[in-house]
Amino acid sequence: MYDGGKIITGIIIFLLFATFPFYYNIGKANVKPDPKLDTPVIKQLAEKKCVESKEYMRANHMQILDDWRNMALREAKRTYRNAEGKLFEISLQNTCMKCHSNKNKFCDECHKYANVKPYCWDCHFVKEGGAAK
Amino acid sequence: MGALFSFGVVIALVIIALVGVKGAHLQALFGVVIPYAAVVTFFIGLIYRVVKWGKSPVPFHIPTTCGQQKSLPWIKHNKLESPATGKEVFLRMVLEVLLFRSLFRNLKMQRSGDRVVYGSAKWLWLAGIVFHYSFLIVLIRHLRLFTNPVPSFVSLIESVDGFLQIGVPNLMMTGVVLLAAVTYLFLRRIYIPQVRYISLPADYFPLFLIMAIAATGILMRYFIRVDIVKVKELTTGLARLSPTVPDGIGSIFYIHIFLVSTLFAYFPFSKLVHLGGIFLSPTRNLANNSRMVRHVNPWNYDVKVHTYEEYEEEFRDKMISVGIPVEKNPPAEENKTEEASEESEGKE
Repeated sequence: MYDGGKIITGIIIFLLFATFPFYYNIGKANVKPDPKLDTPVIKQLAEKKCVESKEYMRANHMQILDDWRNMALREAKRTYRNAEGKLFEISLQNTCMKCHSNKNKFCDECHKYANVKPYCWDCHFVKEGGAAK
Repeated sequence: MGALFSFGVVIALVIIALVGVKGAHLQALFGVVIPYAAVVTFFIGLIYRVVKWGKSPVPFHIPTTCGQQKSLPWIKHNKLESPATGKEVFLRMVLEVLLFRSLFRNLKMQRSGDRVVYGSAKWLWLAGIVFHYSFLIVLIRHLRLFTNPVPSFVSLIESVDGFLQIGVPNLMMTGVVLLAAVTYLFLRRIYIPQVRYISLPADYFPLFLIMAIAATGILMRYFIRVDIVKVKELTTGLARLSPTVPDGIGSIFYIHIFLVSTLFAYFPFSKLVHLGGIFLSPTRNLANNSRMVRHVNPWNYDVKVHTYEEYEEEFRDKMISVGIPVEKNPPAEENKTEEASEESEGKE
């Protein structure tokens, strides 16, 4: 090979960058998210149901939160009617967080895992017990 | 034709993934086996190509230059455009790779009356560099799915990329820019007649493939959502070499990963391998020092040289006897001149 030293050095540098995900994880615990639904308020609920179905919430909770923010703050609408026609007060603090008071055991579990950093808490206040960050 | 054919191939790939997952439930094949096979092909293929280039001799010293070469001390040497040393070549290569300087010189030939004029044409450079850098950022951002815990530089890039805070999940600028740039690069091939004339399926296919990858990625993030936690379980499993296939990941994810696998596997066989090729371009990576260092063609056989000295040594006696002048041990000067004059007189 001509200039073999330089070419092999180049290949090694390339491999160091390109295989990063393969060696970075070695020796690190693969902590999987385990969101908890065992807050006192949820435990007392007769029917354990969020504002929409579990599957819908799992995929679209961010969409609902965004819509709620726009409805509450920009359109001054404070009532949400879900698919079943049930009414809810549009409020992160008083509706969502009433049941899911365990932010660090509920929201943060998956968000940390997927490296999602929602900016809800730039404005909103996290009550004691759900301690933020 | 080339464009339609390539488009058809990409659509076929999408359908294969869709049918394979929806119809035949081959999640393990599309989620684990094909990605691994593609990544192995990518690495082996790329290294093979680079080593093969490294083994190919460069017969001529052919750096392309566009500046004053190193010369006399009072002539200003353009170190970047006509590098004379390894260090200067390195600098030139770094700027070429990071800033695409040679593409920046792209010109457009036009007729102005009867004359031909060359105008600057930077759009290709702009779209090219924007495309490459946004692809790089998109690639780095994807590390969040392959690492656990996620390294801080990934989060940093993600937060800068999404700082416009449009919608949820946060709109990532590079995703949109990547799609726009690749669309421009495609439209350029369709609209400029000369470029369309020289465009082949091998030019259109990577563009359509990358377009489809970007489109499925954007769809998956903002519109047809998938369960990101399950996706990450699968992808970290791939990176940790202990693959798992969680149930209930949407088909769009498998389409996306199948297209990406195709890109990886196709890479070493196509012109996309300019990723490695740029570093082994003799017109770029040679120093313009042919007046200082002799470049010998590596496949030159040993040329049998018969120098004049040897020639004279061999035929001296005969040369002297017929009066041909010799350089070494010539016969006495007087005789020679006399003989010569006599001869010339006689001839006249």
